[in-house]
Amino acid sequence: MNLKLKIWRQPNASAPGKMVDYQVSDISGDMSFLEMIDVLNEQLIETDEEPVAFDHDCREGICGMCSMYINGEAHGPDRGVTTCQLHMRKFKDGDTIYIEPFRAKGFPVIKDLVVDRSAFDRIMAAGGFVSVNTSGNTMDANAIPIPKPDADEAFDAATCIGCGACVATCKNSSAMLFVSAKVSQLALLPQGKVEAKQRVLSMVEQMDKEGFGNCSNTGACEVECPKGISLSNIARMNREYLSASITGDK
Amino acid sequence: MSKLNSRIPEGPLAEKWTNHKSHINLVNPANKRLIDIIVVGTGLAGGSAAASLAELGYKVKAFCFQDSPRRAHSIAAQGGINAAKNYQNDGDSTYRLFYDTIKGGDYRSREANVYRLAEVSANIIDQCVAQGVPFAREYGGLLDNRSFGGVQVSRTFYAKGQTGQQLLLGAYSAMSRQIGKGNIQMFNRHEMLELVMVDGKARGIIARNLITGEIERHSAHAVVIASGGYGNVFYLSTNAMGSNVTASWKIHKKGAYFANPCFTQIHPTCIPVSGDHQSKLTLMSESLRNDGRIWVPKKKEDVEAIRSGKLRPRDIKEEDRDYYLERRYPAFGNLVPRDVASRAAKERCDAGYGVNATGEAVFLDFSSAIERYGREKAAVEKIDNPSIEKIRDLGKQVIEAKYGNLFQMYEKIVDDNPYETPMKIYPAVHYTMGGIWVDYNLMTTIPGCYAAGEANFSDHGANRLGASALMQGLADGYFVLPYTIGDYLSNDIRTGKISTDLPEFEEAEKSVRERIDFFMNNKGSKSVDHFHKKLGKIMWNEVGMARNAEGLKKAIDDIRALRDEFWKDVKVPGTANSFNPELEKAGRVADFLELGELMALDALTRNESCGGHFREEFQTEEGEAVRDDAHFTYVAAWEYNGDPGKANLYKEELKYENIELKTRSYK
Repeated sequence: MNLKLKIWRQPNASAPGKMVDYQVSDISGDMSFLEMIDVLNEQLIETDEEPVAFDHDCREGICGMCSMYINGEAHGPDRGVTTCQLHMRKFKDGDTIYIEPFRAKGFPVIKDLVVDRSAFDRIMAAGGFVSVNTSGNTMDANAIPIPKPDADEAFDAATCIGCGACVATCKNSSAMLFVSAKVSQLALLPQGKVEAKQRVLSMVEQMDKEGFGNCSNTGACEVECPKGISLSNIARMNREYLSASITGDK
Repeated sequence: MSKLNSRIPEGPLAEKWTNHKSHINLVNPANKRLIDIIVVGTGLAGGSAAASLAELGYKVKAFCFQDSPRRAHSIAAQGGINAAKNYQNDGDSTYRLFYDTIKGGDYRSREANVYRLAEVSANIIDQCVAQGVPFAREYGGLLDNRSFGGVQVSRTFYAKGQTGQQLLLGAYSAMSRQIGKGNIQMFNRHEMLELVMVDGKARGIIARNLITGEIERHSAHAVVIASGGYGNVFYLSTNAMGSNVTASWKIHKKGAYFANPCFTQIHPTCIPVSGDHQSKLTLMSESLRNDGRIWVPKKKEDVEAIRSGKLRPRDIKEEDRDYYLERRYPAFGNLVPRDVASRAAKERCDAGYGVNATGEAVFLDFSSAIERYGREKAAVEKIDNPSIEKIRDLGKQVIEAKYGNLFQMYEKIVDDNPYETPMKIYPAVHYTMGGIWVDYNLMTTIPGCYAAGEANFSDHGANRLGASALMQGLADGYFVLPYTIGDYLSNDIRTGKISTDLPEFEEAEKSVRERIDFFMNNKGSKSVDHFHKKLGKIMWNEVGMARNAEGLKKAIDDIRALRDEFWKDVKVPGTANSFNPELEKAGRVADFLELGELMALDALTRNESCGGHFREEFQTEEGEAVRDDAHFTYVAAWEYNGDPGKANLYKEELKYENIELKTRSYK
């Protein structure tokens, strides 16, 4: 198929950006979206233009590096996938496709479609862990049985890939789905309960510092999340936060 | 002169590690604060090493080329992690895990290293659970296990098909805690481009800031390379797009020997190539072989009918199917090790039984498992005389709970529903057993330079068993390196900070700048990918699943020619002082073009078939690998001397004192 592309080009963080038109032809439905961008970039290199910069790595939907905003949706029109897993069969010959970076105050553009998501790392460093040293001298892994439903729910929250689609999608640029996924995972497990209060307070504090907005329960993040992280995590985080604020020491 | 001294501790196998730990030198806590360690790579090995070293009190600088340490490619590991916990009471033990790993590696790994790996495996699970890694559990609340290839026990711990993700996020959270405390300084979007040596010791690196293009000097008392494997030399592999050999290759060129480069793992169950546009291949976890049966039609006319779409797989009658793994290897069936399963698939496809248009695919069929689980579930739910539809429905629910994300991935890529029709799969490059040579302490032949995880060669011999990569990465980083590195650093407590103004730093920086300038000014006519794809084809055709002397010689010539062409004609757009992915790729492909030749040379020198290294000249009449223990029970360690094709070979003889060398049989 032949496609028209309108792509955000921005040389660096301080320079202004704009949408630029491109054409690609002979695109097969079996290509992934990023493979289509590969085709465009080969074309640009051939004609001595600078290729479009975009983040990507594993190309199997798990590393969370790819981050395009396609036709007004994070990771494009398909559900439950990242951009690298979006396939061109979702588009038709002659389509015009708008491709932009994830936009949010907390995610400044580095170049073209590449944004800086290190705010997520800083939120994690504020409390997204269990304070246990990696000495190996812990108790036997089966010493504390964990009810399967709790373990499963913790796992579901833990599958967040930290891509930032939730932030890009949210009208408030809120990072609450991301933060609540980690808060929930650890709050649901006995190992994480010990410092649950401190954790939720510190992570939320850092989240606010990074300039992410608040949650107004629109639910768009859940819809666009490639891993189906549930909105109920945000509800859990709010409960944890409230109880920690009342009873915590911070 | 060879520098190979494996430094295997004295004493009985089972006591070596404990004795060694008790007798090596330590660095006291006050002195640790004065010592800097650089860790390159933040996957399971690098991430766990960085976190553990920082917890001990060292000052750690960690580097990754991704935008966050959480994105290292360990994240994509699917099936699970082995540990000799014997929770299933099915006869597992440290010794059995050790034995399975040595045998699975086709008797080409070090006994002492592998035993240590098996010994610390149980601790890994304890550690990860303590960190909040949500492993799969049974209804009683205890941990669940499954089976992987090449073993007859269930010792694999898992988190659906996302075990690597959960373990890496565990290591990343441990790192995050130390980053928050200021004990790890994290350098995201940085790539190591040179090792700096001072007085014969590793003392720092030159790194490029991938956002600004700035060239930076970083000094330390020791450098740990944990940058993963080199499977991307094949262009198409299950590795991430950015996975590369550059860090390993730079230290190799500075004096670290490269061991067994030809030992590459071709994974049997990947989604087949669909066209020339393909940029990477996607793995379908080995865990699927617990429940999936692999087959092709027995009759050529059925093969034709399937390829042309006249028949669907389910139309082929049971007696007309060739479950070739069950036929050839009844004792292990579909759970033979990866090398064996891959070759068997290639054998059927080469014989003309491949089931897709390219003739390079076999079926992985879940229908028997769906029925089996469906009946089980119907019984549990007390449904009398369930219909076959009901049984299949219930069975699908069980399969979804176990492998849901893998089935979804398959469906998105192939546009076919694997719950209804068998998956089509074919072998693809997945892992590299070879890597930087290290001694028992994980130190390379450069003093103060260490290699951990997939980047080193140490534990998997000629073939890695499924679910053992995660085990090795975390063992190296959490439990081995933090001890052994102290022994070396105990001599550095009076050294003080290493200055980056030393002439050695200046010189290393200059060589990095020269190379970058070359790329920017070359004004060639072909993109980096053009050369990478060509290299990949050479490697896959001649240094892939089956190799022979003639093909390997041809590969060496072809790679040399391609390398010349690359330096003459490569075109790198953009500028050096900005975010420039093409420039990053150019440096990586330049290194692959040298490594590829060394791999072919190593494969040519090893006149035997073992594990993932299959030389067509050395096979039985039934096509089984023929090892030559009399001549090749050694680790091939290559020293760089300016030309990868003329590298010097040193041999580390492998001594088997606890296991008898036997022909590997899974029949």
